[in-house]
Amino acid sequence: MKPAVKRIIFFAALIVFWELGSRFELWHETILPSPVSVYDSLVAGFADLTLVYDLIASFRRLLIGLVAAVIIGTGIGILLARSKTADETLGTLVLALQSVPSIVWLPLAMMWFGLGEGSIIFVVILGGTFVMILNVRTGIKNVDPLFIKAARTMGSNGLDLFIKVIIPASVPYFVTGARLAWAFAWRALMAGELLSSGPGLGYTLRYASDFGNMSLVIGVMIIIGVVGAIVDLMIFQRIEKNVLKRWGLET
Amino acid sequence: MFIEAKKINKVYFDKNDKPNTVLKDIDLSIQKGEFVSILGPSGCGKSTLLSMIAGLVSSTSGVIIVDGKKVVKPGKDRGMVFQQAALFPWMNVTENVMFPLRKEMSKKDGLERAHHFLKMVQLSNYPSHYPHELSGGMQQRVSIARSLAMDPAVLLMDEPFGALDEQTRSRLHGQLEEIWIDTKKTIVFVTHSISESIKLSDRIIVMGTRPGTILTDITVDIPRPREQHRQEIAALEEQIMALLKTEIDKVIDEEQAYEAGS
Repeated sequence: MKPAVKRIIFFAALIVFWELGSRFELWHETILPSPVSVYDSLVAGFADLTLVYDLIASFRRLLIGLVAAVIIGTGIGILLARSKTADETLGTLVLALQSVPSIVWLPLAMMWFGLGEGSIIFVVILGGTFVMILNVRTGIKNVDPLFIKAARTMGSNGLDLFIKVIIPASVPYFVTGARLAWAFAWRALMAGELLSSGPGLGYTLRYASDFGNMSLVIGVMIIIGVVGAIVDLMIFQRIEKNVLKRWGLET
Repeated sequence: MFIEAKKINKVYFDKNDKPNTVLKDIDLSIQKGEFVSILGPSGCGKSTLLSMIAGLVSSTSGVIIVDGKKVVKPGKDRGMVFQQAALFPWMNVTENVMFPLRKEMSKKDGLERAHHFLKMVQLSNYPSHYPHELSGGMQQRVSIARSLAMDPAVLLMDEPFGALDEQTRSRLHGQLEEIWIDTKKTIVFVTHSISESIKLSDRIIVMGTRPGTILTDITVDIPRPREQHRQEIAALEEQIMALLKTEIDKVIDEEQAYEAGS
């Protein structure tokens, strides 16, 4: 059986079980709304364009934050890979900060940037930057020494060697870093939006919760999950697979 | 002399700061256009010596002169082919061959030149393939074309066919011999295979191990193509084998003594 067919059967069974459970009142509608009411609230949300504006707002923040995270992460990653002193000092700080969930920065960010866009984007950037730094650093440090030797015998050295050989050789790590940065940034964004003002998917989720609209809460959760899965599968995994194949790391 | 190594010594210090002599008093001279093999058991420092001619490794003492210039760093006058093809996976075949040319000529000239050398290694039908789409033997041929394309005075080869299967290796021996006759390059070829060195080279430098020294310098005067002179090849093979046997025994004895001591 094809994986796609297996997947469809699995999800259909899950929804049927969920709907039947609601029909036979195995659980109460206020605790876990049925798929039909979740569907209705999603349709209503898209019809009055709230969810559309939410998606646009969330994606805008994510895009700004992710681009900044990738750029900053690449810069600092290169610095850590090239300078032993930076690695021994700043590198340790990066390792320590990486284990701090970025959302705990939100109170500080609100002091610095106010309640609006600025602090959410700040949290998103922090979410993606550290994992990007560590991957770029590892990628550059792990370049096959044979590539460097070969390039040197062909008259390449210094900046030319770095730009033409070392950077392209570490692209697989760069892509993995960007993929992880996206995953972390997406989580950070949702957490940040839950705690600040709208519009945004996270904000609508909290708003629905405040008004006891559990079917919309689940609806937004589904959107978050589906968007996450689609971006990961359709964009990042596809790029990663192509790169790994081209770079001869996967057959 | 075209390539000259004078009193080369190389000493490494291991983690206990104990000196470990890899190469001891190596004197070597190679003439322009010669095909010279450096043959020896593993650990004799033959690859280190080749890397020194390439300028990738520095010696503890002694000098190496190539074409009248002292070797201090790698340069395009010395092309190197490694055991692994070391092609850049993000570039296709043509781009790989053009890598050493990109600064010194226009793109059009570079393309023409890449095509010429790919034709020489019989790979002109694969200009846009990526390295992962080629077999090991094909990759190694691209690597040879890439080195030749920068028109080096010397081609340094570090066990270039060591990772290939027997049939492929044998075919590439023939191709390399033809290329050498066509281009009249000086080739320094490192190998641990006695038959390979006899098949290809004008001279065989036999090295011993611990420390790495030159045991003997054999001139191979078997006429080419050499496949037709099996008897001479066999005789020479036996002679070198006897020479290397004491060296290989030395390695095994030392390893056993090490194991007994530990």
